[in-house]
Amino acid sequence: MAADEQFYREYILDHYKNPRNFGRIEAADITHEEYNPLCGDMVGMDFRVRDGVIEDVKFHGRGCAISQASASLLTERLKGMTLDEAQQVGKDDVLEELGIDISPARLKCALLSLKVLKVGAYGLAAEEEDEQ
Amino acid sequence: MATTSTSSTKTLDVESVRRDFPIFETGIAYLDSANTSQRPRQVTGAMQEYFEKYNANILRAAYGISETATERFEGAREKVKRFVNARSAKEIIFTSGTTESINLVAYSWGRANVRAGDLIVCTVMEHHSNLVPWQVLAAEKQARLEFVDVDQQGRLRQDQFQALLEQKPKLVAFNQISNTLGTVNPYREMTAAAGSAGAKVLIDGAQGAPHMGFDVQDAGCDFYAFSSHKMCGPTGVGVLWGRRELLEEMPPFMAGGEMIKVVRLEGTTYADLPHKFEAGTQPIAEVIGLGAAVDYLTGIGFDAIRAHEEQLTEYAYEALTEIEGLRIFGPPLGPDRAGVLSFDVAGIHPHDLSTILDRNGVCVRSGHNCTMPLMTRLDVAAVARASLYLYTTKTEVDRLVQGLKEAKRIFE
Repeated sequence: MAADEQFYREYILDHYKNPRNFGRIEAADITHEEYNPLCGDMVGMDFRVRDGVIEDVKFHGRGCAISQASASLLTERLKGMTLDEAQQVGKDDVLEELGIDISPARLKCALLSLKVLKVGAYGLAAEEEDEQ
Repeated sequence: MATTSTSSTKTLDVESVRRDFPIFETGIAYLDSANTSQRPRQVTGAMQEYFEKYNANILRAAYGISETATERFEGAREKVKRFVNARSAKEIIFTSGTTESINLVAYSWGRANVRAGDLIVCTVMEHHSNLVPWQVLAAEKQARLEFVDVDQQGRLRQDQFQALLEQKPKLVAFNQISNTLGTVNPYREMTAAAGSAGAKVLIDGAQGAPHMGFDVQDAGCDFYAFSSHKMCGPTGVGVLWGRRELLEEMPPFMAGGEMIKVVRLEGTTYADLPHKFEAGTQPIAEVIGLGAAVDYLTGIGFDAIRAHEEQLTEYAYEALTEIEGLRIFGPPLGPDRAGVLSFDVAGIHPHDLSTILDRNGVCVRSGHNCTMPLMTRLDVAAVARASLYLYTTKTEVDRLVQGLKEAKRIFE
């Protein structure tokens, strides 16, 4: 297997080409967007929350395979979680789920959707999230 | 020297050039010279010689090695003076790079000369370093800032430019070569027209100086800014050339040591040009390195460099065009197209392209290239960019094309 194929694994490409939970939720309870200042890529998320549980979540935006697949994977994980549980989702969970070796230059791509969750759902300052 | 003389024109022997650059022994295909160039032994050697043989501060001490350092430092200024054909070495100001050069003009000349309601003309194809300083100045002075648009082929809309000149701008700022589109702007014509309209003209030569050189007297502009690190010199140093009459009148940009004549608690008189604008200890090794880079490039000759790049640009342009779904931004092949090829591939994000290319040892830039307004104008989030220089080979271009084909195979 060539080096590229180990990186761009089939499930990553699958999530990129057929993103899960892609779109908008009308009258969402939480809506937030974040940009990657290095490339202008964007990920936004809409959440519908009932009794502290994430009933539905969708993402939108544009970007590279890593940022879009990461967002797609994250929405799958979040659906059905309580907000408290979602707050526990961290950088390591996202990277583990991606399951590939992310170079420092691409880390921001991989973690963009997590930043949307943290800043949008928990009001963490964007700067704070960057430092983490 | 890495050239051979035929009847009248010199041609460049790329294999001989590459032997001057130890980095190529690593086997990388380096296609990111618009970002920063590689440096030959002649440059690193000159810097090393300073560190090891005559390391001392300049202009301050009366002992042998300090005098040697001063001599070499000012010798580099003479080389740069000849490089841009300035009337006087006093017009050559060393800065930290193009960004500082332009900020120097914005803060010093701009604050003293731009008033509320004045017009500054810029373009949508500028690098942020020739755009944000004018936004800052315009906001501070309540001046107006207008941008010349590009046409479908990535050339500046000269009709718009002419219309803006009728409004008598104070300053016109644009680049010699676009770092994203590879457009070589008709700077002589634009400068002449702006001058007739009474505007001062600043040209950003960050991408132009390394590939075509520049003649400030022939161009007729008022300020010219460029960086060392894109022209085989070290990082951390750049140049502002300014017309002497303007520089004489301009207040200092940064204050401190070296830019003074006499300091008393009641007040200070400033040093004469060029030191008035060179506060603090200078990047001595870097300036000496820049001087060596000027020698290196002029030794090979800009006709030979440009001819090599034109040939390679044509080769790369045609090879890239054959890739289905690949779109190149900027002018078609011709005299106003430089070796900066920004492109995208349908269905593959530029970041993913550069990751796959990197895994094949090919270095390209991906992102907005510090031209976010231009990305908006082109309606893209990002582009991939391959840029060529005097040491680039067809083999490197072939490796780029091969990597792109592999990316297409993975993403199809």
